[in-house]
Amino acid sequence: MIWLDTLVQGLLLGGLYALFAAGLSLVFGIMRLVNLAHGDLIVLAAFVVLVVVEATGLNPFLSALIAAPALFAFGWALQWFVFNRVLGKDILPPLLVTFGLSIALQNGMLEVFSADSQRIRVGALESASVDLGLVTVGIMPLLTFASAVAVIFTLNQIFYRTALGRAFRATSDDPVTASLMGINPRSVFAVATGLAMVIVTIAALYLGMRSNFDPSIGPARLIFAFEAVIIGALARFGAR
Amino acid sequence: MTDVLTLTNVSKSFGALKVTDDVSFAVPKGQALGIIGPNGAGKSTLFNLITGNFLPDAGKITFLGQDVTRVPAMTRVRMGVGRSFQIPQPFEGLTVFENLLTAAAFGQGKHEGEVEADCALILQDTELLRRANDLAGSLSLLDRKRLEMARAMATGPDLLLLLDEIAGGLTEGECQALVATIKALHAKGTTIIWIEHVLHALNSVVEQLLVLDFGKVIGIGAPDEIMASREVREIYLGLEA
Repeated sequence: MIWLDTLVQGLLLGGLYALFAAGLSLVFGIMRLVNLAHGDLIVLAAFVVLVVVEATGLNPFLSALIAAPALFAFGWALQWFVFNRVLGKDILPPLLVTFGLSIALQNGMLEVFSADSQRIRVGALESASVDLGLVTVGIMPLLTFASAVAVIFTLNQIFYRTALGRAFRATSDDPVTASLMGINPRSVFAVATGLAMVIVTIAALYLGMRSNFDPSIGPARLIFAFEAVIIGALARFGAR
Repeated sequence: MTDVLTLTNVSKSFGALKVTDDVSFAVPKGQALGIIGPNGAGKSTLFNLITGNFLPDAGKITFLGQDVTRVPAMTRVRMGVGRSFQIPQPFEGLTVFENLLTAAAFGQGKHEGEVEADCALILQDTELLRRANDLAGSLSLLDRKRLEMARAMATGPDLLLLLDEIAGGLTEGECQALVATIKALHAKGTTIIWIEHVLHALNSVVEQLLVLDFGKVIGIGAPDEIMASREVREIYLGLEA
């Protein structure tokens, strides 16, 4: 039953890539911003979770819960003070800025955290598994997959059931008209990037618990996210 | 009577082209003002200046006595300025009801629950209730025009409603229905500025008429006086001198 095992493991790993992709897709869907620093932001979030774990001694899941609001604020500020200044008709300036941010983040993290490989430890959970008869699957991959489903489900609920979601979709449709309805596109964008950073935190948590990470692995995570969004055609949030 | 909106020597150029040239006028509370003028006279630009989509190069715009010349568009919406577009620009990926809900919630700074009932009423008034759950992108032109107006109404323009060629392209019957809706709004005390080429529709509602040509105000006054003036007939109706 190796083929079934391969399929199941692949499917569960897809959950992690979906988590990488959801944040990228959210930002791209709402403001057509291709965030080339997305992978590095995931690594940054992994380091932040690790720092919280080491500082508090808490379980990584709780630590991520503490890190998430801080990273939301970081995302909000990043959008408000940086990305909002370059968004416009021309798609090149935001690309350049996020590319630059990617380089700055990698080198900044290298400076602060060194090039050593790190890992977020969760003890016995790392190797725990359940026997499903035909295949045996790890608890961690299952949790990752379940989280991805939960994140995407929650995003959908936000988009189609809340005022914030409607503002996301309206702004994505036409920012100028949205502003005539009393929506501030800049603050909508800032909230969207903040939300994307919360998703990035969840992705980072599972990345850090699953494998080693160091400041240089961001761009490869970006590629996985891109593949899920473009080749895998994960639906762009905010568009039907 | 207080003025809801005043423009004082407002000018706006795009490159060498002066689209709004030293325009001054005031709209008293509760008045319906019609704006006419040939294509390219700067009518829609004037709306963009009033809503804050464009900033004027010179001059001053006040709303309820408050200087709003530099106030951003979304703040003006919350102050009570609602606007419909000449070319309908619905949020196509949202349903008709969601279009209104979003406009109402953010335009009035309220929770969606507080404005749902109002939105349903507006949909009824604008005969859009049967399309409420359809995507706005699937609407016909008439329904898009209705949605334009419905959405402008939903932002709570209790003070000033701007209508941009809302009757264009409608049949006589549809036009009558729309005029009735606008009249009802006006009767409730909403101040209206309406750009329109369909003159009989316009003149059945407005008390004042303003004529614009090459960005300049050619005349302002009672509709019958304005329509009778030779200058206006030459410019607007294309009569030879």
